[in-house]
Amino acid sequence: MRVAVVIALLVIGSIAFHFLSPWWMTPIASNWGALDNALILTFWVCGAVFIALNLFLAYSIYRFRHREGSRATYEPENIGLERGLTFWTAVGIVLMLAPGLIAWNKYISVPDDAAILEARGQQWQWSFRFPGADGVLGASAVEHISADNPFGVNPGDPWGRDDIIVESSELHLPLNQPVKLLLTSTDVLHNFYVPQFRAKMDLVPGTTTYLWFTPTKKGTFEILCAEYCGVGHHAMRGYVVVESDADFNTWLSDFPTQSELAGPAAEIAAIE
Amino acid sequence: MTTYTTIAEDTRPLHHPKTWVGKYVWSQDHKVIAIQYSLTAVGVGLVALVLSGLMRLQLAFPGAIPFITPEAYYQFVTMHGMIMVIYLLTALLLGGFGNYMIPLMIGARDMVFPFVNMLSYWVYLLSVIVLLASFFVPGGPTGAGWTLYPPQAITDGTPGAGWGIITMLASLAIFIVAFTMGGLNYATTVLQARTKGMTLMRMPCTVWGIFVATILGLLAFPALFVAAIMMMLDNTIGTSFFMPSIISMGEPLSHSGGSPILFQHLFWFFGHPEVYIVALPAFGIVSDIISTHSRKNIFGYRMMVWAIIIIGVLSFIVWAHHMYVSGMNPYFGYFFATSTLIIAVPTAIKVYNWVLTLWQGDIHLRVPLLFAIGFIFTFIHGGLTGLFLGNVSVDVPLSDTYFVVGHFHMVMGVSPILVIFGAIYHWYPKITGRMWNNVLGQLHFWITFIGVYIIYLPMHYLGLLGVPRRYYEMGETDFVPASVQWANEIITIAALTVGAAQIIFFYNLISSYFRGEKADPNPWGATSLEWQTPDTPPTHGNWGPTLPTVHRWAYDYSVPGAAQDFIPQNVPQGEPGADGDKM
Ligand code: HEM
Ligand SMILES: [Cu+2]
Ligand SMILES: [Cu+2]
Repeated sequence: MRVAVVIALLVIGSIAFHFLSPWWMTPIASNWGALDNALILTFWVCGAVFIALNLFLAYSIYRFRHREGSRATYEPENIGLERGLTFWTAVGIVLMLAPGLIAWNKYISVPDDAAILEARGQQWQWSFRFPGADGVLGASAVEHISADNPFGVNPGDPWGRDDIIVESSELHLPLNQPVKLLLTSTDVLHNFYVPQFRAKMDLVPGTTTYLWFTPTKKGTFEILCAEYCGVGHHAMRGYVVVESDADFNTWLSDFPTQSELAGPAAEIAAIE
Repeated sequence: MTTYTTIAEDTRPLHHPKTWVGKYVWSQDHKVIAIQYSLTAVGVGLVALVLSGLMRLQLAFPGAIPFITPEAYYQFVTMHGMIMVIYLLTALLLGGFGNYMIPLMIGARDMVFPFVNMLSYWVYLLSVIVLLASFFVPGGPTGAGWTLYPPQAITDGTPGAGWGIITMLASLAIFIVAFTMGGLNYATTVLQARTKGMTLMRMPCTVWGIFVATILGLLAFPALFVAAIMMMLDNTIGTSFFMPSIISMGEPLSHSGGSPILFQHLFWFFGHPEVYIVALPAFGIVSDIISTHSRKNIFGYRMMVWAIIIIGVLSFIVWAHHMYVSGMNPYFGYFFATSTLIIAVPTAIKVYNWVLTLWQGDIHLRVPLLFAIGFIFTFIHGGLTGLFLGNVSVDVPLSDTYFVVGHFHMVMGVSPILVIFGAIYHWYPKITGRMWNNVLGQLHFWITFIGVYIIYLPMHYLGLLGVPRRYYEMGETDFVPASVQWANEIITIAALTVGAAQIIFFYNLISSYFRGEKADPNPWGATSLEWQTPDTPPTHGNWGPTLPTVHRWAYDYSVPGAAQDFIPQNVPQGEPGADGDKM
């Protein structure tokens, strides 16, 4: 009896909590509205099921609580009812799955005009590499990493020489320009996550992963590492500053290219 | 020609041990082994509970407790998670309840391999000792997260990357040996030692849940076993199964060419079925508790059994839903999202059938049923949030946030634990011959049930905001409003209260054992065989001179025309007062 009332109150309490608490998805600042929409659809479908099932539960407990002389009905099964419930559950599932898969399709298909750049994680900091004037990132490997070659760009690869090395945890991006981030790590797993952008992907040492998004709001957003990477995990932060093209170009021009960093000697050595 | 006797017909007397040590220490009686398993699991589970309290203190009052450094916090997270999932829940549900209930519910005298059964417990104890020893090795226990992802698990930036991880891997390997001995026993017993008339489709749901979970374990644990061995080799003799060439803390390591993602596949090939290894026994047990206390057959028994089997099978093709943002081939996302959401259908059917069992029942709201109802509520909650995380693109923003922490605690932390409490209250009178104190039982239920909801509901919202999991502290961050600190304090207060409330539970069990009222052999009027033993508590051999014969399914409650509102499984058809068999 009491438990029926409490179940009903918990349902009401959850609804109240949902509307009264100040916490909800952080306002979005990228093109990933499709992810939000899939989430919100799921939220309402599941919310409705949560309310309906629990209220039915509470009502059953209340209505069929033991009273003097009461006796249960004997009904081993009811195939029709079970089939119907199965069918409608399946319909609900399809309803949520379809938009989810469509959004995923977008998530993994990078548009052709996306600018490419590399985000590098290492315990416990971020750094970035832009492809420079040729628009192509040079090949890299951890074996080449040294003090004046922090990204391990292959000195023999001509595409790498004009790469711009940003040894800073602050990344600037031009507004409304789709970007494809190539994600690499030199040590352990990390994850590039900016809550306002919604997108998220692990950095995996030994291979390159990617994610893409279009920043749609100017401002400064925090990068959080979202894959456990050792004692400094919670402190592995960075910033993304979204700004106008002009501001972005001024910012980028402050950073050295690979050949400026390594000096011409490294390349000559590599050629010989 | 050789003639075979079935195990059920075997009438040779059992060898009864004479000494106290033979009875209670090196015991081969499944009931004693079950108690040994349960007490050990609960004991180590208390360690995990204390660790969770410490973590919560750190999250509510960052830095206030000097010894909770980031290293310590991550070690606590790891040990808490691993102990809860493996050493508490798996061991308690299969080693504890599986051992106690299988032979009694199917009408056997014991497990088919009693000696191996005993060995299983002692090997399990060894794994627990090795696990606890890791708190005392140089560098402390591993802080790699319970998922133990390499390279981090074995490189220097992680606490316990030397001895800690080695003891953890060794302990897991030993645990798996113990589980395999126990598991082969449970499965063989169910298949071979059922008493006359106990067809598979007459077994109580409890046995079905434990049986299928055991088979999942036998197929899934080997993946963890090889992963543990491979990681051990990477760590000790420098192989590169999971290790690409990396630079760890400025030092290039000599590994090259290994794949960290391979480990994740192996881990989750075990890890997802593991969720069901914990869930299926709980599903089975809760079905029987609901049915018994609402005096009504479990609704749609055949569907319930098939749902357990289908969930078991499907659980092997959904593992990569834990890896949507791991960097695996993104096309896998379509497949694993689809398979994961398909599993929701049989799972939903189970929930409907639990509620429909209550519908038109004659509901006795005793403590075991209260816990079962609590389970239905938390499981609905956790199951629904699973639909978010299973649906690949919805998972992207939520993955690795507190939404995940809220989800898995609801679905595989709180839900099975509520069932375990319910089950203990349900079977305690049979196991000890005494009755627990009702007032304390009610109090325990209310504090625990309301408390856990206060702990976990807000966590989902923190996750929606974007707060990541496994964070020692959030620090000053723009997108996190100050009110989150406030939420963290409330969660911690609730968590400490729930933790402390367990004292009521233990006090109740212990004091009732000595001073409780003598219990009726079948206080709930239940139909299944374990309530029909000649002695309470059942003695060695369970059934006295003759094994029971089964004449009906386990759910003849409130049969029309019958004198009583239940007909035990061993009552023949057409007995006075009993009507024809309905199934
Ligand atoms: C009152 C009870 C409990 C409390 C207060 C609690 C609290 C916590 C906290 C604070 C974390 C760390 C979150 C983070 O920093 O990411 C955690 C992680 C975890 N808990 Fe619990 N927990 C409880 C019970 C359980 C139970 C019963 C299970 C059984 C399944 C469980 C399984 C886990 C797992 C698997 C993790 C993840 C560990 C990791 O991230 O490596 N917990 N819990
Ligand atoms: Cu990290
Ligand atoms: Cu899973």
